[in-house]
Amino acid sequence: MSAANTATIDRPPPIPKPWDAPRIAGAVAIGVWIIAGIGLVAYLIGDWNPDLFYRWAPQYMRGLGVTLSLTIISVSIGALLSVPVAYARMTSNRFLSAIAYGYVYFFRGTPLIAQAFLIYYGAGSFRLQLDSVGLWWFFRDEWYCAIFAFSLNTAAYQAEILRGAIESVGKGQWEGAAALGLSKLRTMQKVIAPQALIVALRPYGNEIILMIKGSAIVALITVLDLMGVTRLAFSRSFDFQTYIWAGIIYLTIVEILRRTIDWIETRITRHLIR
Amino acid sequence: MQSYWTLLSWGPEGWLDDIAHGVFITVSLALCTLPFGMALGFLIALAKQSQEPLLRTAGNIYTTIFRGMPELLTLFLIFFGVQLGLQALVQYFIPGATVNVNSFLAGMVALGFVFSSYASEVFLSAFRAIPRGQYEGGYSIGLPYGKTMRLVILPQLIRIALPGLSNLWLILLKDTALVSAIGLNDILRQAYTASRVTKQSFLFFGVACLIYLILAIISSYGIGRIEKLVGKQEGAR
Repeated sequence: MSAANTATIDRPPPIPKPWDAPRIAGAVAIGVWIIAGIGLVAYLIGDWNPDLFYRWAPQYMRGLGVTLSLTIISVSIGALLSVPVAYARMTSNRFLSAIAYGYVYFFRGTPLIAQAFLIYYGAGSFRLQLDSVGLWWFFRDEWYCAIFAFSLNTAAYQAEILRGAIESVGKGQWEGAAALGLSKLRTMQKVIAPQALIVALRPYGNEIILMIKGSAIVALITVLDLMGVTRLAFSRSFDFQTYIWAGIIYLTIVEILRRTIDWIETRITRHLIR
Repeated sequence: MQSYWTLLSWGPEGWLDDIAHGVFITVSLALCTLPFGMALGFLIALAKQSQEPLLRTAGNIYTTIFRGMPELLTLFLIFFGVQLGLQALVQYFIPGATVNVNSFLAGMVALGFVFSSYASEVFLSAFRAIPRGQYEGGYSIGLPYGKTMRLVILPQLIRIALPGLSNLWLILLKDTALVSAIGLNDILRQAYTASRVTKQSFLFFGVACLIYLILAIISSYGIGRIEKLVGKQEGAR
């Protein structure tokens, strides 16, 4: 048989995909999402109110700025604070590690919103004392209180991330570096940290995302972040669109951040893929 | 000024009975959300690990939405959204009627959605940890899909997913504090009311924090017991 003949033979027809239960369920589920999406767009267009939009859009942008700066400032302060806490947690000094454990346990075991209330409203109970040491201006302001509460909270979480990441690096790495005559600090800097940070990247990213989402609660202590502006806009207009705008903005930020972290992770672990 | 002990006593003078009621609300909300969220999370994990791309996409959309939005916003969206939606629907038939959505139910649904989106990821990674051979072994001795799932996969799945789920339970317990924002009298809202009336904010919010800590400690103890129980079964096999 020549090659020309074989070329004309038809390939067997593809087996038709049956409409089995998972496929029907999938089609229905996607259908529900598509209808929900179209409904949402239709609602937003149908109820489009230019006055409402132009009145609140700048405020929303300002609120978004507040949310982002709150997150960035508290995550940075938390990162600085987490280093001594993680160190205290890992030392052999029982007293120090007990204090660090208590700190971490308290801030991870109670809701962030209760911590924010404790600091913002609770500071009022110590007004005279705070006034006498000249700190009342700090605790009177809801913005400073929010940063204070969030920094302490994220420091506890970040300390645990840091500790987990450092402990995930094998003991042999420390011993090897010591055998080469590297000091503790140099070992940390050149050997342990590069390996630990790969492990810590994903939890750190999740922590930042959690902080962005968690920052919505500062609206309850009257900070006008994205959520605060949304609540204000809703209470003035009773237009449900205001909440949907906020939802879309939050979703977009979190999704961008998540994808960025995924990208960074694949980028810095290239050498580990065989 | 009253002494702290009077403020924290049981009865009309003190606030302990109100706070205890708040604890009841918080715990019952968390306990009601748990089975709902777990069942939904399991279904979504099933969708996300299926062979069917449409089903996988639908599951991923769900997770993206409920993991990407702040819990507080989800709560408000559901509370006000359902309220306004139902209102419009009811007024279409009976003009002038008003609808009030139960804040406990709204809190349960919102927290359940959030919980299930995280739980689905936990279940999904547990599904991936179970080798294919387990399914094949089940089929080869003639078990249908449902029975393979129930008798072979599920017992192993629960063991693998347990640490992740217990983490989510602790997060859920803390997230219930958010329902105070939609007017449910949980621990935090009772503490807020008490501090408004007595001006002892630090005391009452401190007590609220301590109660959350105690609940977390009790939960960790209970989780430890469950893990031991499940571990024992493994040993006995």
